[in-house]
Amino acid sequence: MNIANAITKLTDRFRRTQSAKCAKERLQIIISHERIQRDQPDYLAAMQRDLLDVIAKYVAIDKNDVRVELERQEGCSILELNVILPQALDKALEL
Amino acid sequence: MVKIIVVTSGKGGVGKTTTSASFAVGLASRGYKTAVIDFDIGLRNLDLIMGCERRVVYDFVNVIRGEATLNQALIRDKHTKELFILPASQTRDKDALTLEGVGTVLDEMSKTFDYIVCDSPAGIERGAQLAMYFADSAIVVTNPEVSSVRDSDRMLGLLSSKTKRAEEGRGHITEHLLLTRYSPKRVANGDMLSLSDVNEILAIPLLGVIPESQAVLRASNSGVPVIVDTESDAGQAYMDAVARFLGEDVPFRFLHEKPNWLKRLFSFKEKEAI
Repeated sequence: MNIANAITKLTDRFRRTQSAKCAKERLQIIISHERIQRDQPDYLAAMQRDLLDVIAKYVAIDKNDVRVELERQEGCSILELNVILPQALDKALEL
Repeated sequence: MVKIIVVTSGKGGVGKTTTSASFAVGLASRGYKTAVIDFDIGLRNLDLIMGCERRVVYDFVNVIRGEATLNQALIRDKHTKELFILPASQTRDKDALTLEGVGTVLDEMSKTFDYIVCDSPAGIERGAQLAMYFADSAIVVTNPEVSSVRDSDRMLGLLSSKTKRAEEGRGHITEHLLLTRYSPKRVANGDMLSLSDVNEILAIPLLGVIPESQAVLRASNSGVPVIVDTESDAGQAYMDAVARFLGEDVPFRFLHEKPNWLKRLFSFKEKEAI
């Protein structure tokens, strides 16, 4: 019985995933993500607010339905603005 | 020419004050006139680690406010010649430290000291920002643990932009990684980030690895920086780190578990077989 216990203990030990590996992977992902944000210009938040104000002047939008993203590629940055327009407007456009 | 060193980490409890104290002793014992400043306003602790808590009369904020002269506030270390301590104030006033005030004090100290070690508080508030602002080089103290590594990376971001050197375009401050509380046994078991893992993620030059050691608590209990305990592993690792900081080429120690007698026996046999 004791021997069996010892063997299961030993195999458990080998089977257990090594937590340091997991830590490293998680860190690599979060840190590379945060480094991109770190390099983002400070004016992005202010510009986002101004853009929304302009759109809101013409269309009744919910500010939660807007997504602004800055994507960086080699040599250029792409500013992506996603606005979900209210349904009433959709219908008006269809007519 | 004075060199200002900031000891920083972002996360608390990783060994900033222990490192500041040991580094200051290490530099001073090599004959450099050294001062170590506690920037943790409201939570003064460097005095305890240096063992001079009962000799504090005036502090950093007193000097900034002109209530005491620099010479009145600087405490001469009892054991190491050429070493002086400038304790933090215990005031609860968050705005006690000012950019101009810190700048003026550091300017005055620069006339007489070779090295000024700035012991940063945890976090990214004013104390931490001012501790790094005037620095020429930074020692980033990191534990092999996820939150510490992440916070260290945040600090590296701040070091590259929020310092006087960066703002004046005088180039980067030199960054050094000091990995503390390292346990080779747990690394071998796969339950602790290894030196190469941390190195790969943070990607700054390695200054030293301080092993997890009983000697560190013993040292803080008695108010004698651990580097003075030359018998201890941590003390020796700090001495190595100071030597590397001064440009010496010192091999890394304490990176691997000491093999137990059984393993040693086997390795002996293997060698014989070969």
